[in-house]
Amino acid sequence: MIVREVVEKLGLQVVAGSAALNREITGGYAADLLSCVMARAKPGNVWVTLQAHPNVIAVAVLLELAAVIVTENAPIAAEVAAKAEAEKLVVLATPCTTFAIVTELARLGVAAQE
Amino acid sequence: MSSHEITHVQKLVFRVGQVMTRRVITITLTNTLLELKEVMRQRRISGVPVVNDAGVLVGIISIEDLLRAFEQGALNATVAERMSTTLITVRDTDLVDVAAQKFQQTGVGRMPVLDAQDRLVGMLTKGDITRGLLAEVQAETQDEEIARFRASHIFRDVESDHTSLTLRYTIPARDFTHGGEASSKIKRTLMRLGTDPQIVRRAAIATYEAEMNLIIHADHGGQITAEIDASQVTLIVQDDGPGIRDLKRALEEIGYTTTPPEIKQLGFGGGMGLKNIRKCADQMKIESQVGRGTRLEISLRLHTD
Repeated sequence: MIVREVVEKLGLQVVAGSAALNREITGGYAADLLSCVMARAKPGNVWVTLQAHPNVIAVAVLLELAAVIVTENAPIAAEVAAKAEAEKLVVLATPCTTFAIVTELARLGVAAQE
Repeated sequence: MSSHEITHVQKLVFRVGQVMTRRVITITLTNTLLELKEVMRQRRISGVPVVNDAGVLVGIISIEDLLRAFEQGALNATVAERMSTTLITVRDTDLVDVAAQKFQQTGVGRMPVLDAQDRLVGMLTKGDITRGLLAEVQAETQDEEIARFRASHIFRDVESDHTSLTLRYTIPARDFTHGGEASSKIKRTLMRLGTDPQIVRRAAIATYEAEMNLIIHADHGGQITAEIDASQVTLIVQDDGPGIRDLKRALEEIGYTTTPPEIKQLGFGGGMGLKNIRKCADQMKIESQVGRGTRLEISLRLHTD
């Protein structure tokens, strides 16, 4: 499954990183605590979170994640989007809750990686 | 070209003049279609711009026009009679994405390129754009490959009893905007040195946690020093206060944190930082004195064997 398919099937808004939409998704992780993500998320994972500040981009880039899905319309500042764009990181936005997105991802076959 | 590909082209910053074919083969109004056929056959092209005596672009004629004339037995007609005068052109200074959109909107296979004085300076096909795009991507990866090749040889090329590379970073207090940049740079350096990706990942996680600790907790920020030699990377993270009040709890108790609530809202302060660092490091030493500061030293072996 590539990021673009998830964008299309879940109707997500592409906020940044449209050049990297063909990246393969290896699995998923959901949390709002950055240290948890640092410890558990794997390269190529899609990360579902309510957080949308510059450090989210730093964490996602360091971990080489495939995409970040920001839920519940959490406001994404222009500098956050610009930073993601510069790093070629896909940032997606949705009004849905984290739980709803994770359920949908699971239905599409995106699994947790332990 | 699909709309997805157009989106990719939009990311490119180069202009039509950089990807077009410069040697333009033209034909004049008075040439016959038989002569046109020879030009197309010899040059292996399927569309030719038509110029008048003054060299100004007046039309374009394609292999489809030629085939139609052939079906009608009109190969002795002139180019002027059979050419298309509806000209879809681009400027050499146009961005490539403008040209890509024009291809998609009009369905034409090639476009004459004009300069600011309306002179014909080149021809552009979708293939030219694709080739330009591929060349750009290749140049980017090639630069990184060269950087990696050079860096990976450093420990072999430099002769000394012990060669090491020292990277120093100053981390300002509360600078959340740039949080993670030092970690990114250390990570990139390790990758260029040809380090195993799993080890790079552990080093990046440990450095990031230490970097964020300086940003969140240290009164005046601090310094990160990474010393890399052929066998290991040693990270020294230092600050001058406030110091960790209960080091034992900070190291062992899940959820123990002194992060202020307003920073917790950003997703920090889960009481996991030092534990994450310890999990990633092969060796870890930490000394801290309240009012004096904290010194963390960790090392990771660069080879798994």
